[in-house]
Amino acid sequence: MKQRVPQIILSVTAVLLIISAFIARPEDGNAPYVQRMLAFADQEFATWFSILTVFAFLLGGLNLVATHLVKIRDRGPDRYYSLVTLVSFVIVLVVGMAKLGGPPGLQGDVTAPGSWLSTVFDAVLSPLHATLYSLLAFYIASASYRAFRARSLESTLLLASALVVLLGRIPAGRYLTAWIPEPVAFLRVEELSLWILRVPNTAGQRALMIGIALGVIALAVRMIAGLEKDPRSGGDGS
Amino acid sequence: MSGWLAPGTWNVALVGAFVCALIGFSVLRARRGATVSVRALPPLLALDRAVADAVAAGRPVYFVAGSQDLDNMQTVAALAVLRPLARKVAEAGGRLFVPTNRSLVMDNAREICRLAYADAGRADLWRDDWVAYISDDHLGFVARVDGLIARERPGLCVLMGFFASESLLLAEGGHQVGAVQIAGTASAVQLPFLVASCDHVLLGEELFAAAASLEGDAARLGSLRGQDLCKLAAAVCLVAGSLVVTVADVTGAAPWTFLRDAFLNVFRAG
Repeated sequence: MKQRVPQIILSVTAVLLIISAFIARPEDGNAPYVQRMLAFADQEFATWFSILTVFAFLLGGLNLVATHLVKIRDRGPDRYYSLVTLVSFVIVLVVGMAKLGGPPGLQGDVTAPGSWLSTVFDAVLSPLHATLYSLLAFYIASASYRAFRARSLESTLLLASALVVLLGRIPAGRYLTAWIPEPVAFLRVEELSLWILRVPNTAGQRALMIGIALGVIALAVRMIAGLEKDPRSGGDGS
Repeated sequence: MSGWLAPGTWNVALVGAFVCALIGFSVLRARRGATVSVRALPPLLALDRAVADAVAAGRPVYFVAGSQDLDNMQTVAALAVLRPLARKVAEAGGRLFVPTNRSLVMDNAREICRLAYADAGRADLWRDDWVAYISDDHLGFVARVDGLIARERPGLCVLMGFFASESLLLAEGGHQVGAVQIAGTASAVQLPFLVASCDHVLLGEELFAAAASLEGDAARLGSLRGQDLCKLAAAVCLVAGSLVVTVADVTGAAPWTFLRDAFLNVFRAG
């Protein structure tokens, strides 16, 4: 029973949602009851999932507090990081819940300009995000250096096409091949760059998307049919 | 019936029903004992060795199930890979750490790992705090996970599921401590970053086939066979469609234009 009930709920819900995606929205109240119900399900299930995730925030928050309290209690090597996490968590929670510096009351906008929460966001969180994000520039360079080393035919092709695309996107690249005469202008680096992006790249991306779509459908079919193993029950799915 | 069907969806329903029927048929055939041979995926072949090396070196194994919630199929596929991976780590007697950025994912991942350790006869080894909720904020999540990777120096980092900009931040974090990195995503935009920075990558649809391939039960392998048949059908339709459209436009003959219009109607988007 412990295995069957979640599986039945999953299968029935999934089939209902799939059918409802193909059902026309009734324009008046005279449409058949089943059609109205399916249209309603299609509209409302996303909202219900959002409501569920709000409760999941509580689960996440409690887990975060419990994990870091245990680390501080056990005096582990990371306890100071845990202390910073907990203090930040409590400060932001209090500032947000009490709507400090912003319009009060239930309807008050917690992110209104001048509120303490928006100050925390603008003065602390945004710069931290920008700092972390800026690391990407260096990481892209180091990852590209490793990927573009010409060790095999494939990586040599990757290197050559990357070089052409890079040159084709910068003014210096255009100047390099501007001398190529008009009848064979397709050999200019910016034209080659566009061709790589439009033809082999698009073909590869489309093949990838077709495969992904089929993979998603196959996984969905397995889940609806109960072939995927259910982590909540320990069932073997067979 | 036409009043029931939403406008412009009949062709999606038709193709969808055909794909589902083909997959269902392949599953039934496999269940009745038909042999299904599936191409081995190199990233999964590397998994056993990487787990054994990490555990032998006394280093933990890290698993990240993407950055989305359970309503994303890539997260579901990633969690399906977690079960056999957790079992391998448990059998080797190692430590598996799963940082998550969604609490529903944390709850499911914890249950999967606990059961996998129990299945492997190593329930004594498992600790619930090895699956931890970090933050819903994806850059906050990356900062914490990269910090943990730098301090704990895992021997293997497995990154599966949907990633946005955090893919490269996570993968380079693992690279800096010399971890073997196995990734898998169906996010076309992030695939190049993972290919550039990881040792092995499951590309697109391979992510959805990984768990079935690792666990190898007949029915699920049958669905992979069905998936391949659908791909074959898609390739045939692409070639046939291109030919029909070209011939119809060149000749203008009525039977060909009829066929062309039929093709375009069935495969039109939106």
